[in-house]
Amino acid sequence: MSYRIIHYINQFYAGIGGEEKADVTPEIREGVVGPGMALKAALGTDAEIVATVVCGDSYFASNMEKASAEILDMMKKYKPDAVVAGPAFNAGRYGTACGAVCEAVVKQLGIPAVSGMYPENPGVEMYKKSFYIVETPDSAAGMKKAVPAMAALVLKLLKGEKLGTPAEEGYIERGVRKNKFYDKLAAERAVDMFTAKLKGEPFVTEYPMPVFDRVAPNPAVKDMKNAVIALVTSGGICPKGNPDHIEASSASKFGEYDISGVMDLTADGYCTAHGGYDATYADQDADRVLPVDVLRDMEKEGVFKKLHNKFYTTVGNGTAVASAKKFGAEIARRLIADGVTAVILTST
Amino acid sequence: MVKEIERAGLPVVHVCTIVPISLTVGANRIVPAIAIPHPLGDPTRTMEEEKEIRRHLVQKSLKALQTEISDQTVFAD
Repeated sequence: MSYRIIHYINQFYAGIGGEEKADVTPEIREGVVGPGMALKAALGTDAEIVATVVCGDSYFASNMEKASAEILDMMKKYKPDAVVAGPAFNAGRYGTACGAVCEAVVKQLGIPAVSGMYPENPGVEMYKKSFYIVETPDSAAGMKKAVPAMAALVLKLLKGEKLGTPAEEGYIERGVRKNKFYDKLAAERAVDMFTAKLKGEPFVTEYPMPVFDRVAPNPAVKDMKNAVIALVTSGGICPKGNPDHIEASSASKFGEYDISGVMDLTADGYCTAHGGYDATYADQDADRVLPVDVLRDMEKEGVFKKLHNKFYTTVGNGTAVASAKKFGAEIARRLIADGVTAVILTST
Repeated sequence: MVKEIERAGLPVVHVCTIVPISLTVGANRIVPAIAIPHPLGDPTRTMEEEKEIRRHLVQKSLKALQTEISDQTVFAD
């Protein structure tokens, strides 16, 4: 028999449009749409894509619970045996949507779900424990590699075949521990690993430790009246014309701009460099992303002492975590050197 | 970026629309915003109403910065 699969994709891959259409509500179409063609080819005759759900990334991200419920209702009518979502590569909202849909499918419909994402996609950290996410490259250039791996994994799950380790199957580790019998005792294996380590030889741990990168909150601001407040954004607000050419996605730099005497961000002076959301509203009035006007009012009223005369900006759109870390550390260094007390960081 | 700024020793409030991502990234003080393309505005309102909404969010952010916390905290209304 042929298994019934439903495919989930966003508005972009469905050909509806880019960011200006990211608000479209979910719909279900019979058969294959967009990257579903490649998925269909990879599934072969064992499974059929009976329907495709399309939803705008911003609509999903802004209405996660409602959108998940709506999508699940649409899916039920097609009686799926499994759901495949994406691949979302390093697209944050898309990855989050794929993750939320797949988690709901597994938990509420009790059928397998598979997605594909780049390991830095926030959807991975949020949902990897709930279902299988195939590791993909960071952009759609990796489609050819991602789709067959996702198809192979979903077929294995449908057929109830035993899965190997995450490394063998190409999915991202879920933190599931499995018991396994070895001929050698644990003590022997530990010593083997230890001697390998001493000799500088490769070895694989049987129980990787989870990595928690958390930073404890700093103490609260005690004396707001004497505080210097700085603005930082990942929303790409910059002087009109984007003088430093901050990239619309995968930013390699941040900008530092002087706002001495600037009371309000106007359409003549400021815009956004961000390519990951509809720029219409930020270009009309950049205060909608970077609230300079309100902070100037409050500065005048004496709520705090001073709005820092520089703001820092980058584009948080498929930007590598390593780059964001580097920007954050350097921005913080400059803010501290300038005597800033606290930071408001806005994200789109 | 939020985490690195916090790590350097500056209290920071993250005003953002997708709170689950902010929690995953590891922001400590979080203020939920309006919408992705206009986190601190609402183009369906008049400019005056919008500024009022924005002021409310900024006030909430300053309050978050003045609140002692020991763990990740979402400052909803």
